[in-house]
Amino acid sequence: MDVETLANALVAGILTGMVYGLSALGLSVIFGVIRIVNFAHGELLVIGMFAALVLFRWLGLDPLLSVPLVAALLFVFGYLLQSLVIRRVAHLADHMQFLLLAAIAIAMVSGCLIVFGPDPQGVQLDYALDSFAVGLLVIDKTRLYAAIAAVLVAGLLLAFFKYATVGRAIRACADNYLGAQVVGLNVGRLYALTFGIGSACIGAAGCIILLLVDVHPYLAPGYTLLAFIVVIIGGMGSLFGALLGGVLIGVAEAMAAVVIQPSLKTAFSFALLIVVLLLRPQGLLGKAPH
Amino acid sequence: MSLYTRLLGDLTGRGLAALAGFVVLLVALPSLVSSYIATVATIVLYLAFLGQAWNLMLGIAGLLSIGHALFVGIGAYASAYLFAIHGVPPLLGVLAGVAIAVAAGALIGYLGFRFAIGGVYFALLTIAFAEFTRIMVDHAKFLGGTEGLFLPVSAASRHGFDLLNLRGSPEMFYYLILALALAALALCRWLLTGRTGYYWRAIRDNPAAAQALGVDVFRYRMYAAMISAGMAAVGGVFYAFFYNNLFPEQVFGIERSIELTLAPIVGGVGTLFGPIFGAFVLTPLGELFTAGVEWLQTSGAIGRHVKVDGVKPLFWGIAVAAIVLLRPRGIWPWICDRLGLVKPPSERS
Repeated sequence: MDVETLANALVAGILTGMVYGLSALGLSVIFGVIRIVNFAHGELLVIGMFAALVLFRWLGLDPLLSVPLVAALLFVFGYLLQSLVIRRVAHLADHMQFLLLAAIAIAMVSGCLIVFGPDPQGVQLDYALDSFAVGLLVIDKTRLYAAIAAVLVAGLLLAFFKYATVGRAIRACADNYLGAQVVGLNVGRLYALTFGIGSACIGAAGCIILLLVDVHPYLAPGYTLLAFIVVIIGGMGSLFGALLGGVLIGVAEAMAAVVIQPSLKTAFSFALLIVVLLLRPQGLLGKAPH
Repeated sequence: MSLYTRLLGDLTGRGLAALAGFVVLLVALPSLVSSYIATVATIVLYLAFLGQAWNLMLGIAGLLSIGHALFVGIGAYASAYLFAIHGVPPLLGVLAGVAIAVAAGALIGYLGFRFAIGGVYFALLTIAFAEFTRIMVDHAKFLGGTEGLFLPVSAASRHGFDLLNLRGSPEMFYYLILALALAALALCRWLLTGRTGYYWRAIRDNPAAAQALGVDVFRYRMYAAMISAGMAAVGGVFYAFFYNNLFPEQVFGIERSIELTLAPIVGGVGTLFGPIFGAFVLTPLGELFTAGVEWLQTSGAIGRHVKVDGVKPLFWGIAVAAIVLLRPRGIWPWICDRLGLVKPPSERS
């Protein structure tokens, strides 16, 4: 094993990890505010990937350019899902919410299966095989562009929560539900907006991931679990934590693939998840429960 | 309290009659219906059995596990490995499977309870262990890895009645799983009406208050996790010898863990008959959708080119979501109230 292989795996891991981070950001936003564990996360991501695929086939649109369109589409979907369905189970126990979202997830995967079939499908871009050479490093163009796009979207989201009035109102709901109602915020509408924003974020991540991975319906559960790992490691509800967790998992998987065996890289992530759950259940950047 | 009061004391006369009729119907079923329906009924009872095991953990002790396929898989792989490679009969193999599963349940329980991981986080811990094990078995050459582990099947063994080696006809498997499901129901009922059951419910409803009253919360949670894991492993042995082939993805995958939670949640978490009832609603519902889609295709209402694989789970997912929204306590408690099968608390002895 030489330095060159390791360095390349490290860089590829960091870049992929940023995309993981963006996807996990969507899960984290929804959990942090609405306290719903979105078991349909991977399914939303796969729908985003398929949407980008369709736009590519019909209009020849580069998946990176379809980000705003797909994000808007999934925003509407998420908004409706929260305000029509999930709102009704907010008062129920964890396992009922889990079952509802699992059922929705099954329906969504099946819908994709009916429309697109089970085979992996991808986009062919003219820069797909290009790469930049920087010293020892060889960086894939697609991976670099994907990472840049992920960071841009994530930055936009962080800015929204820090500066926009609506974003701050949403954070107020997360911090103090009762207080937010007392000062006259429409919590129901803000929750729907949050689920919409979270879904939009997942949709954007889906477009970006399509650069790196061919899409098929059965990808979904794997991506749900991946996002859980990333978010738990970073800290549920912490936005920076999700990005940090994404990069950590990206690097860990890339390294495990090179050093141990590619097929064992996911086992490595799950082992990491168990350790973090036991030693620091609030995650690396999460706040300890009071 | 007599055994009869503990097991059946809560039922009204109508409830007793309904239960007796149900059992008689199940015993007579294979001679009444086609072998296809008998196979569906076998799967229904299998899911009812696993649902009972899982329900013990969530409904009774308040611990949400979404990794129960781990324990099922341990039972399946341990007994199948011992039988296929070393010729150990499953009657002994089940002991090994249950022992390993109970140890795994104890480990996960110990970690979860000692480190005070609650609710959703405990669920994720169980998923993590199940997925980790799946990938490990993928790489375990002696268990067949991704290529799978197969049990020897001969034409003769498909018609026999060899309970020791679990080689036999579909009817044998039907009666075996029927006996297991009824035994699980009786075991849960017996546990629930004893000291352990009262402790469990106290812990589920208010752990701090239970602790203050002197209940050893940690110990009784461990019991729940271990008994549930052991029961799931018994189900796994049945799975291995019924299907005769094991693949890590099929056995340990998260889809399996989710599947076995569906019947008890739909039927009614925390109720004893809910898991059975849920299984009897869900599996036939899925079969009904399949038949419906086939009928629509042959009648020409939908084209041949439509990918039918997805249609059944699509409707099924929508149906389950509708049940959650409309009957959040599960269907069984609602039916039970409607039909007056259980005595109101004031009339119980």
